[in-house]
Amino acid sequence: MNMQNDDTLLQVQGLRTVFETRAGTVCAVDGVDVAVRRGECLGVVGESGSGKSVTFGSVMGLVRRPGRIDAGRILFEGRDLRALTPRQMRAIRGRDIAMTMQDALTALNPALTVGEQLAEVLEAHDEELPRGRAARRRAIRDRAVEMLGLVGIPSPGTRLRQYPHEFSGGMRQRIMIAIALASKPKLLIADEPTTALDVTIQAQVLELISDIRAELGMSVVLITHDLGVVAEHCDRVMVMYAGQVVEQGPTAEVIGQPKHPYTKGLLGSIPRLALRGEKIHPIEGQVPELIDLPAQCRFYSRCRERGVECLQSIAMQDAGPGRQARCIRLNPETVS
Amino acid sequence: MSLARLIERLLQLVPVLLGVSVIVFVMITLTPGDPVEIMIGDQVVTPELEAAMRHDLGLDRPVHERFFVFLGNAVQGDFGESFYHRRPVIDVIAERLPATIELSLVALLIALATAIPLGVLAAIKRNSVLDRLATVGSLLGVSLPGFWFGILLLMLFAVHLQLLPVSGRIGFSSEIEPITHFLLIDTLLRGRPDAFLDALSHIVLPAITLGLPMTAILMRVTRTSMLEVMRQDYVTFAEAKGLARHRVLFRHALKNALIPTVSVAAIETGSLLGGNMIVETVFGWPGLGRLVVESIFVRNYPLVQAAVLFYAVTYVMLNFVADILYTVLNPRVKL
Amino acid sequence: MAAVDTDTPRDAATAQESIFRRNLHSFAANRLALGSAIVVLLFILMAVFAPLVAPHDPAETDLFRRLQPPAWMPGGEWSYLLGCDALGRDILSRIIYGARISIFIGAAVVLVATTIGIIAGLAAGYLRGWVDTVISRVVDILLGFPYLIFAIGLMAMMGPGLINIILALVYKEWVIPCRVVRGETLATRELEYVEAARALGAPGRHIMLREILPNILSPVIVVSTIRMAHVIILEASLSFLGLGVQPPTASWGAMVADGRAFILQAWWVSTFPGVAILLLVLAINVASQGLRDAFDPRFHE
Repeated sequence: MNMQNDDTLLQVQGLRTVFETRAGTVCAVDGVDVAVRRGECLGVVGESGSGKSVTFGSVMGLVRRPGRIDAGRILFEGRDLRALTPRQMRAIRGRDIAMTMQDALTALNPALTVGEQLAEVLEAHDEELPRGRAARRRAIRDRAVEMLGLVGIPSPGTRLRQYPHEFSGGMRQRIMIAIALASKPKLLIADEPTTALDVTIQAQVLELISDIRAELGMSVVLITHDLGVVAEHCDRVMVMYAGQVVEQGPTAEVIGQPKHPYTKGLLGSIPRLALRGEKIHPIEGQVPELIDLPAQCRFYSRCRERGVECLQSIAMQDAGPGRQARCIRLNPETVS
Repeated sequence: MSLARLIERLLQLVPVLLGVSVIVFVMITLTPGDPVEIMIGDQVVTPELEAAMRHDLGLDRPVHERFFVFLGNAVQGDFGESFYHRRPVIDVIAERLPATIELSLVALLIALATAIPLGVLAAIKRNSVLDRLATVGSLLGVSLPGFWFGILLLMLFAVHLQLLPVSGRIGFSSEIEPITHFLLIDTLLRGRPDAFLDALSHIVLPAITLGLPMTAILMRVTRTSMLEVMRQDYVTFAEAKGLARHRVLFRHALKNALIPTVSVAAIETGSLLGGNMIVETVFGWPGLGRLVVESIFVRNYPLVQAAVLFYAVTYVMLNFVADILYTVLNPRVKL
Repeated sequence: MAAVDTDTPRDAATAQESIFRRNLHSFAANRLALGSAIVVLLFILMAVFAPLVAPHDPAETDLFRRLQPPAWMPGGEWSYLLGCDALGRDILSRIIYGARISIFIGAAVVLVATTIGIIAGLAAGYLRGWVDTVISRVVDILLGFPYLIFAIGLMAMMGPGLINIILALVYKEWVIPCRVVRGETLATRELEYVEAARALGAPGRHIMLREILPNILSPVIVVSTIRMAHVIILEASLSFLGLGVQPPTASWGAMVADGRAFILQAWWVSTFPGVAILLLVLAINVASQGLRDAFDPRFHE
């Protein structure tokens, strides 16, 4: 898997993120490889606890104690983010890589006005702001108004002075997106941007992200539960299970012809055409505890197609052009 | 918060204040010892004169009437005569009050100035040596009996090291003509830095003693709420914006973390009122608390009654202020 | 949620019991808390067996031993380990006897107040309606007084004495368990198994005592141990002000007050009784914090 070229914006190699707990070391992300190309939208799906949020939290450098990144390289435009000082990392966070969180109600600070929360990103990252105090403040305000307008908040000038609780859920989500996009990032990590929203508003918010992506030419990582969202908005999709990537490839192909039993399970037994609003169906059984896992396919206990050959560590297997899946049965030669 | 809502909240205090005055009234009415007999003392008086005194004090009326008379007078600030001082109770209290308020404010200031930075530091450097020390310190702070701690401080700083005075509010040589009756302010207004330092040296130990339990409690509250806040999504989101660390900590975390601290501080200011009695007794501080304790022993009941009522009303008001502060600081809570 | 555990009231009770036992284990695992609990126990034993433990009669005065220093200082004697007070009484013996007053008052106040608080809190939280209104009003009014001032006012009215101190403190103390119990009851009465018992036609008293009370006991126990420490300090404060147990009965607060006049020449008279208060209160606080961590899942971090 050698995709390192000018087209690649983010390249994660062998990422391992662990959490020290009393019960032992939980390996939340275990050897994950991801590549995000410029301008593309990558969908990341998986059950909660599959490691999708932790993977991109690691990319942002936002893993907090007791968690830590144990191994791997995170290359952003060719620079290894793990080698950066905290100060250098802060300069990238919010400017080059931005993030939105699942619930804007908890992500926005209740004690600060929307305007203050928008302004501080600009303050931290925008080098084009004028020097003089008054001019600077005016420029920041203008940019803030512009951003709120961009995400479709009516009368942004007056709304800047309001607190997050004074907005509706959909509006808050838009505000969070405006904050994330304020410094025109190259990569937006949208962590479950629609889970907390009503169905009607979900579509608007996704539409907004797509529009802005096209306009700014940025890349988007869309972490979601919703396969319909992936089908509609993502160029490629990556399926995660128990801290590992189990399948990845172009969206249409993965959804049309899933290779990994887990992906098949997610999509239901019959391939569907209308995936709109489809949530991940729970597959029988539970995600294994990520402590001291045995050397076997992690999906083994829940897999319908399991066999003795699955009782060994499974590597990613090629599954067609640009496609890979972590299932031993794809490659019969390796079956002993 | 709207004015109407504020007034509604204030009206909700009325039944509480009424209940408080009933209890104070009952306390005094049930107190053994007839006030008239106390007033007469060893003097010989005719039964007619005694009956007249009884009538003057309203003691010959039924209990419920006496309560309303008491309440009516109390609202007008009339708590009767202090037998001991031969002056109106309200005047005696007013005279002692500034000393108590000054002491309480300095104690509050000391508590806030130490508790908040320590609590924040302990939370940021969680599980560090400093955090552990702060935890032990706050446990000690709530376990130390104030009167004993005060005496220890006296023995160390006043007796052993002879750095600070043993008792009182200011030295004789530094006495000045009062303006606000707050000595720390008056000495400066009169242009007497030497007297200011003298007053300061008198207030340090009592204020530390009084403020200690509050410091311990506020530190724990600040630490806990800071830890809680640092787990919130908005702090992660602030970090994701690439803000400087101090900005994340102070602007995003601390501003929210201080909401519980401030309202607990307001409530705890009420408990300083009780601590005052002890601390003023230990340090010979000429405030209301010591006056009440002395009055109990000379059976100066009208003064005790008025002081207890005063303390209770202040306490209720402080709790009210705590409530209001909480809502004002917290834009989410709609009144 | 573990709906299986709460299918029937009986199951709920056994589940409760096993949780209780597990909590007890996790408390025992906390060494500092366990050590503190042992210190508290030692104080209790000392109080109970005071006549056997104390080297001297706590009331016996000896004018030749006025303000005699502790044993390790010049002029001290090993049979009077912590020295003597202004009347030549053995300070150690008085501290040992003083533990009786502190612990007895602390335990009595908390016990009586918790009992009243449980009854009032259950009634208010379960019956609601006017009962709740009346109890909550009374609670609000009592909360309007600073604790120490309320107690001082009552002591001034009732006069000194052991029973009066207990009463003066109980009058306000019950409010605290009452609020805890009321809140927990409000939360518990909506739970499935309580509703099931109600649907089966169990009488209110049965539901309150058999179904709700066992479930809310943990927080009540935790709160009452913490309160015990507060009550001991309050009693000592009252005694210090001269409003507590009357002399010659030894009480720690009064002993500290007695020594106040001699801080220039005899530091030990005030110091040691205060150390006793601090040790006991600190041990109770640490132990109760351990209890809280073990029993109240809301405080787990």
